[in-house]
Amino acid sequence: MQKFFHDAVEFVPILLQGVWLTIVVTVGSLLLSTVLGLVWALMRVSGIRILVWLSAALINVIRGIPIIVLLFYIYFVMPDFGIALSALQAAIIGLGIAYSAYQAENFRAGIEAIDRGQIEAAQTIGMGWWLTMRRVVLPQAVRIILPPYGNIMIMMLKDSSQASTITVAELALQGKLIASSTFKNTSVFTLVALMYLTMSIPLILLVRHFENKANRK
Amino acid sequence: MIELNDVHKSFGKVEVLKGITASVAKSEVVCIIGPSGSGKSTILRCINGLESYDRGEISVEGARVDSNDRSIVSIRTQVSMVFQRFNLFPHRTALENVIEGPLYVKKEPREQAIARGRALLAQVGLADKAEVHPPKLSGGQQQRVAIARALAMQPKAILFDEPTSALDPELVGEVLSVMRKLADDGMTMVVVTHEMGFARDVADRVLFIDGGVIVEQGAAKSVLNQPQHPRTQDFLRRVLHPL
Repeated sequence: MQKFFHDAVEFVPILLQGVWLTIVVTVGSLLLSTVLGLVWALMRVSGIRILVWLSAALINVIRGIPIIVLLFYIYFVMPDFGIALSALQAAIIGLGIAYSAYQAENFRAGIEAIDRGQIEAAQTIGMGWWLTMRRVVLPQAVRIILPPYGNIMIMMLKDSSQASTITVAELALQGKLIASSTFKNTSVFTLVALMYLTMSIPLILLVRHFENKANRK
Repeated sequence: MIELNDVHKSFGKVEVLKGITASVAKSEVVCIIGPSGSGKSTILRCINGLESYDRGEISVEGARVDSNDRSIVSIRTQVSMVFQRFNLFPHRTALENVIEGPLYVKKEPREQAIARGRALLAQVGLADKAEVHPPKLSGGQQQRVAIARALAMQPKAILFDEPTSALDPELVGEVLSVMRKLADDGMTMVVVTHEMGFARDVADRVLFIDGGVIVEQGAAKSVLNQPQHPRTQDFLRRVLHPL
């Protein structure tokens, strides 16, 4: 145990650099996936056939490709088409696109759960499609969307470790590098696991807070 | 003001409106009665474009109602609707429900919309419920908020789709009395209802609909007191004397 604390003092500062990149990748791809997911979901419920079809196709293509392949594609293949991204940019875009499919399905389920009468009431006071979404449907859909959204956040935090495959030195890769140079596997990976756990707990609490707030209304 | 000319409407293979021709004049109160499934609500829903119709023509003050055209938005601000199940926005207070349209559709200044919204809530007897969310209100109160919300658009007519059918019997009166006051003030109203007493006392005209056609129409008292058509007679007998 004493040895572990000794190792911890030595490795934590290095691992924290990885934590910072993990947070950057998670937050960046969370924002991107939320925006893209909302766009796909709104296309899906727009009632305009070409948009519905396009969004369904996109979601299925994205869902059908492993995240790691998507990352490789963006980082290693896109330069052939003249789009060279840094590893960090590629990781955020790749994870953002990959998770946009799940976000979209979650948003769509929330939107479709809203009573048809709500939409008709909005229409009869002269609201158009976008105003109805913004003022009536989405505010009510949020309380349905939030719990699964929280789970997606936690999954994204953990899946940000896949960025290591395209050389982003986030927490998992940082840990692996230290472990392979010091052979202190137990100490290093225990620290890495604890750090992921520490980052997950606030997210879990945040989701619970949102749920309570939504239920109180 | 509202004209329907040979309106047909089918849901799949079922034709629910088989050539409805009717008109509603300004300040007139028209009640539509008839058995369930006869197409009464569908008529209202076609008038403000919640449903499209297949054939014939509906117009509001000369403007053709087309649910797929942008013009439908302007028609809907002129012809409000009150629903059987209220359809208030549960995430907004009574006052916010009322001012939603004026603020975001008509772009009224906030202070003006709030002042008018409070006045409308007072008019339907709910001045003290302005800050309450709909789930905390009784059915009768919710329906009165819904009427205030419809009035807030300053419509030329209001369509009522069975406004008291979802209410407990003791709450029906408070909603009907608000509607009666509106009628007295000269509001143009089309009311789908099973409240024969209201139809007799308040309506100028009654349309009896069965099987997607207007079977009988005329002055409220004459249709309800001396129905001519056997189907009207049969329907009224069953509604007024269920035992």
